[in-house]
Amino acid sequence: MVEIPRIPIGERVDEGVDWLTDNLGGFFDLVADQVRWLVDHLEDLLLWPPAIVLAALMGLLAWRLRSVTFGAFTFVSMLFIESMTLWEESMSTLSLVVIATLVAVAVGIPLGIAAASNERVSSLLRPVLDFMQTMPAFVYLIPAITFFGIGAVPGVVATVVFAMPPAARLTELGIRQVDTEVVEAAESFGAPPRQVLRKVQLPLALPTIMAGVNQVIMLALSMVVIAGIVGAGGLGAEVFRGITRLDVGVGFEGGLAVVILAVFLDRTTASIGSSGRRTPPAGTA
Amino acid sequence: MSTIQLRNIYKVFGRRSAEAVELLRDGVSREEAQERTGAVPAVIDISLDIEPGELFVVMGLSGSGKSTLVRTINRLHEPTAGTIELKGRDITRLGPAELREVRSSSVSMVFQHFALFPHRTVLENAAWGLEVRRRGRSEREERSREALRLVGLEGWEDSYPDQLSGGMQQRVGLARALATDADVLLMDEAFSALDPLIRREMQDQLVELQDTLHKTIVFITHDLNEAMRLGDRIAVLKDGRLVQVGTAEDILQDPANDYVASFVQDVDRSRVLTAGSVMEKPQAVITTHDGPRAAMRAMRSLQVSGLLVVDAHRKLRGYVTDDDVATAMRHDAKSLESAIRTDVATISPDVPLVELFVPAAETPLPLPVEDEHGRLVGVVPRVTLLAALGGQAVDTPDALQEEDHRG
Repeated sequence: MVEIPRIPIGERVDEGVDWLTDNLGGFFDLVADQVRWLVDHLEDLLLWPPAIVLAALMGLLAWRLRSVTFGAFTFVSMLFIESMTLWEESMSTLSLVVIATLVAVAVGIPLGIAAASNERVSSLLRPVLDFMQTMPAFVYLIPAITFFGIGAVPGVVATVVFAMPPAARLTELGIRQVDTEVVEAAESFGAPPRQVLRKVQLPLALPTIMAGVNQVIMLALSMVVIAGIVGAGGLGAEVFRGITRLDVGVGFEGGLAVVILAVFLDRTTASIGSSGRRTPPAGTA
Repeated sequence: MSTIQLRNIYKVFGRRSAEAVELLRDGVSREEAQERTGAVPAVIDISLDIEPGELFVVMGLSGSGKSTLVRTINRLHEPTAGTIELKGRDITRLGPAELREVRSSSVSMVFQHFALFPHRTVLENAAWGLEVRRRGRSEREERSREALRLVGLEGWEDSYPDQLSGGMQQRVGLARALATDADVLLMDEAFSALDPLIRREMQDQLVELQDTLHKTIVFITHDLNEAMRLGDRIAVLKDGRLVQVGTAEDILQDPANDYVASFVQDVDRSRVLTAGSVMEKPQAVITTHDGPRAAMRAMRSLQVSGLLVVDAHRKLRGYVTDDDVATAMRHDAKSLESAIRTDVATISPDVPLVELFVPAAETPLPLPVEDEHGRLVGVVPRVTLLAALGGQAVDTPDALQEEDHRG
């Protein structure tokens, strides 16, 4: 019988990660510092006002973006989190999600734009995004820990990797979906590519891009909970505590708070996407 | 100098396009070139000269390459081979920045499905070209309001395109193209997406605008009636090749081949053909010098019962009938003057045939055609009118020659 030789991919990856740690350690430290600073300050900011004030502000935002009912629901459900004494954990999770989403969107949207304007970038990017999205989320935690140690930072980094693909994908899709005749019309008057992108393609792709951002947020939220395992804190830590102690009550309360945050984030960002259509982009006549 | 000069334009889509052009130049057919290279020839060896102020129609069925051709003029499609001169400037050699300059200052375009920007108001849509040219806000606003007024959209400035009907949306498209003051207007099936009544209205409006603006317009259509209504000249395309160029009447009366002939079969000839293009040499004519006897003789030999009467300068005076001439002869009249009837409808050579039916029904005589000086230049007998509408070959207007008239 022919024995198929084992290809030592795992070893190679190990070596690669070691090499990166040895040679780019300084860079990783720098990233870690920045991310930690951002997460800490956002968390401090969210925890600075009393819970009831922030809950009211979030309710107001939900009302403005969607409806009175949803505003009221948001206010009540945030107070419910406070009553479960999970407020601090929730705000910690929220700040992780917000920072991870910002980074993922800041990387993903330009990638999507590049892919939409260049076939080669598009065909290179697609398998990479597939890989990032289908690799089990836990796997990202391992190198993240080696690079950044335990804590919030590897959580954010793993979350960015896991949550970024929809931002790139849907940005590309949104831009490609813009009617070719409309783009031709913009170009036929002599508009340079940047202007066509900024004033025609991006505004028209906005609903699709926002759908991508919405997905990024949802993925980030689910990943941040997993990141609780590596000491990212927040609700993830709470849920993980429930698992390790086999304490259904603790786990359920943590999970419920995650669901409430998810509903709030999902509905508010979804409304930004759908109401964006009629808003003329800034800087036009 | 022509405003637009296309010289041997080829546009072939696909990787081996240059190779396909070589094959086509060697006389290989479109199908074979496509089979041998895998590239798709859309426009093959087209040369055209479009004059200043002309409304030039390019007509063909879908797949004939007409939309591709118009897109090579502003290089939305790069021509694979050939040169394009705009007012004497070869635009195929321009770099990206120069090309943008040409696009924003000299050529504007109107699209089949309007291609408006749905996220911008009507005014912002119309102002696009000026915004691209970095004009100040007040100038942009003023000029795009003026353009919207021209197309009859005053009061809609702050609406969004999806609040407008199809016809109005295309008016915005037209206003957007007019606002930049470009003197070349490319219209790609601009009215094809509109329903027939609105299309008619837009065609009339375009003709009206063109009377005052005198742009050079390249108008693409698959609708022959539209082409005939609008075009000063018409180019017929088939399978990427130019089949015929000429005025509507040239194409109707003298189709270059069977393809064009079958194409023009369904055209409403009565609106395209004019009296001047079908009129015949007047036979039953007599001058005021001739007496009643001469008139009677002429009627007998021609076997008609009436004659048109002209004076020495061939100016139409009226007509006489056999009864009246007979009466005049009984009274021994020396001249025809007393017998001339003047209740005769006259028409000028550029009147379309559709307007001849009523006058033709009211008189038994051939309809007299007068030039601008009131001189008789030809006649349209009823039988000629019917034959022309039926697509029968009609004698070319040799009536214009002054020789050999009986009298």
